[in-house]
Amino acid sequence: MMTLLILFFPLIASLLVLLSGNKLASKVALLFSVIELAITFYVYLVYRQSGADNFYYFKEWISDPKISFHIGMDGLSLLMVILTNFLTPIIILSAFNRNIENAKGYFSLITFMQFALIGVFVAYDGLLYYIFWELALIPIYFIALRWGGPNRVNVTLKFFIYTLTGSLLMLFGFIMLYHYNPSHSFDIRELYANASKVCSCKQSWLFWLFFAAFAIKIPIVPFHTWQADTYSEAPTQGSMLLAGIMLKMGTYSLIRWLIPIVPSGVAEWGPYAIVLCVVGIVYASVIAIMQKDLKKLFAYSSVAHVGLISAGIFALNMQGLQGSVVQMLAHGVNVVGLFFCADIIFNRTKSLNVEGLGGIRNVAPKFNTMFMIVVLGSVALPLTNGFIGEFLLLFGVYEYNTWLSAFAGLTIILGAVYMLRMYQKVMLGNTNDTTSVFGDLMWNEKLVLGIIAIAIIVMGIYPKPVFTIAEPALKTILSNALIK
Amino acid sequence: MVVEILDLRKILVPMIILGLAIIFYLNLEDWNHLQFFYNNMLRIDHYSVAFSGLAIIISAFVFVLSVDFYKDDSRHISDYLAIMLFILCGAIVMFSYWNMAMLFLGIEILSISLYIMAGSKRFDVRSNEAGFKYFLMGSFASGFLLFGIALIYGATGSFHLANIATYVAGGNISPIFYVGMMMMMIAMLFKVAAVPFHFWSPDVYEGAPALVTALMSTLVKIAAFGAFYRLFYVCFLDTIGYTSLILAIVTASTIILGNLTALSQVNFKRLLAYSGISHAGYLLLGLIGMKGGTANAIFYYSSGYAIATIGAFAVAILVFKAMKNENIEAFNGLGKKNPLLAAALTMSMLSLAGIPPFAGFLGKYYIFSEAINNGQILLTLVAIINSIIGVYYYFKVILAMYTKIPDDTVISSNVSYNIVISICLILSLLIGIYPDVLMHLI
Repeated sequence: MMTLLILFFPLIASLLVLLSGNKLASKVALLFSVIELAITFYVYLVYRQSGADNFYYFKEWISDPKISFHIGMDGLSLLMVILTNFLTPIIILSAFNRNIENAKGYFSLITFMQFALIGVFVAYDGLLYYIFWELALIPIYFIALRWGGPNRVNVTLKFFIYTLTGSLLMLFGFIMLYHYNPSHSFDIRELYANASKVCSCKQSWLFWLFFAAFAIKIPIVPFHTWQADTYSEAPTQGSMLLAGIMLKMGTYSLIRWLIPIVPSGVAEWGPYAIVLCVVGIVYASVIAIMQKDLKKLFAYSSVAHVGLISAGIFALNMQGLQGSVVQMLAHGVNVVGLFFCADIIFNRTKSLNVEGLGGIRNVAPKFNTMFMIVVLGSVALPLTNGFIGEFLLLFGVYEYNTWLSAFAGLTIILGAVYMLRMYQKVMLGNTNDTTSVFGDLMWNEKLVLGIIAIAIIVMGIYPKPVFTIAEPALKTILSNALIK
Repeated sequence: MVVEILDLRKILVPMIILGLAIIFYLNLEDWNHLQFFYNNMLRIDHYSVAFSGLAIIISAFVFVLSVDFYKDDSRHISDYLAIMLFILCGAIVMFSYWNMAMLFLGIEILSISLYIMAGSKRFDVRSNEAGFKYFLMGSFASGFLLFGIALIYGATGSFHLANIATYVAGGNISPIFYVGMMMMMIAMLFKVAAVPFHFWSPDVYEGAPALVTALMSTLVKIAAFGAFYRLFYVCFLDTIGYTSLILAIVTASTIILGNLTALSQVNFKRLLAYSGISHAGYLLLGLIGMKGGTANAIFYYSSGYAIATIGAFAVAILVFKAMKNENIEAFNGLGKKNPLLAAALTMSMLSLAGIPPFAGFLGKYYIFSEAINNGQILLTLVAIINSIIGVYYYFKVILAMYTKIPDDTVISSNVSYNIVISICLILSLLIGIYPDVLMHLI
């Protein structure tokens, strides 16, 4: 029942936000998202005491095909829900003190998005999961479309059609799975139990159908072309939702819905996928070095990071999986911080061009400190959250193949290059006309960046709770994935 | 019986709605009572009751909309409504026929009424053209149908569906039978506007008054499909192997051509005409390798499609009227001018595009699932790729509403439209979330 509450609370919130009118919308949305966060914290305490057994909820829904309303939270789902519910209030808070036209629609869509994302993470029935997966696309599309930048129409349409293509391939995969699986069910327990009974010739097909959907969402090179444009055209909160949480839908799905369900497909094609991921890491890092636009730079750095996460998942060992989970959380927090910093800069200087900025440190010391912490987190300095994740991921990939890990390790060096260069050009040096009037942080900005900075450091120093929560779930998944 | 009551109720809209409600109730009373009427000419089974119920609901929507639509032309409203009732009557016959003669009769009742309705804007050249074109082409199709029926009679010695089915099951089928079957198939494909027999549909849809177009793209299309399916399922099931290649080609080209042509349309009615063609293609996909559950899938898909289309037309009629323009640009800035109407149209478009949680999504799911189950993997892939293309043109409308700059025309709604639009939306969500209410009917 707790899961039901967590799932549907944001939906109710989104309706109430819509009714609350433009002036109150942001505050109402914040209030509800904080309450949701409190509920999540309570759920976490319950989980610590008695494990995941209380969180399952099962109800027959559609009889033909057999689709059930089966939701639940094991450690993996719980962590993703925590990430979602932790970031949503931050994202809402980040929009305070900004002029947003038709605010009630905006915040209502954000909370609706939260609902759909949680749905993806807690759904334990294939088609239910698919429905939430698609549902998550609609609010973000409209957020980007109505509140985005000048070129938003084409960019968002490309984004929508691109991701929908993947989704439909996945739907095709699910239908095939349903017919070839002896149990004829979408329920995740049946899918796990019968995974090895599906003929391996079919599993190759299934692997690529699912992989295409997830690779587009993550995105893994060469399916990334929608991403940078969409991030830079979407409003800040849209980019935060996309990069902070929505990307994780893809990596989460790799763990939950791909490797345990088509094990022999993964055994056959996983090596190709992991090479794609590693190629993507290097490729995206190199492009990131060349970027002049802050948001695009962050977008490509994001591609590099999630490439490493996916590579760790396909390494099919415990270190890789644990690392991917930690890094998903860390990347979610960091990238939201980065996009918020970009928003702060754009809000004051009306420019995101790295070359045109400089010297902000001199006029905005508080902002400088916060920005530094976020940048260090994302270049994976030890004692920040990025380090633990990247270390474990590289370790996992190393166990899988030394050479791959050597190439994947480039991400740390290249990441440091593009992030620190960017930091240097934007913050250091002398002020110029655009940056001399730069005002320091407002209260909500301080609050947001403060929370993010604390999260970065705390997770970097004491990541153990994450491991303990994720471990049982990952063990089940891994044991299923390794059956030949 | 259902049909007689119909003809009495042609005085006023409330009376008609009341009549429809009564018919709907009587129709439901027939549930689970397998009966035959008029010397076994009609057979009332689950299939016919379910489809008739759908047809009655659709017509009820159209009648509610007609009050306002014909406000300026109220002198003739009784004629129009009577003819529309005839269309409904024909449709119901087409769902429940058990004899080839009744099939022909049903199609003719429906078509002749429709020829008149398509041309019912007497002083509009385009409407006249639409009516005339539809009439000419439709008569050809009827000729084919009649010829096919005659040939099948020649082979089997009976008009009776049950007798024909026994003849087919007995093996030893004469070649004349196949020719007759092909002829009937061509006629039916014409009626559902499948490629290459689709040319009439965009012109007629565009020329006819918007309300008639709404009726054509929902009730008439579903009636044609219902009759098509019944014919094949009862009579030709064992011989379908011979036609499946032809049907597969027709299906693929219907989906592809309908979709690709829809991409470049600027007129909203033409857009819906072509999208309707591609939807007919999806329905045909369910028909190709049919098995027991297919009727349910087709029924579900038709319901989802009809509800979304009626909702879209209800919004479109309001907008067309205010803007005096039937192109997609008429929707420019509707999101600012009337957010509720825009939201309603958005949801209809999403349902047509097959996005969950609307009915269109599960409809597509059922059809694809049937097709994969029957081994049509390649065709299903074609259909899936085309659903992606479909998103593009449905989103053109959504984009126009939310990103283009509005002019100052005020678009107001009124009660009857609001009722229809909101019921459509609720139904679309309801059957999208609880498909079980429809899925076990047949």
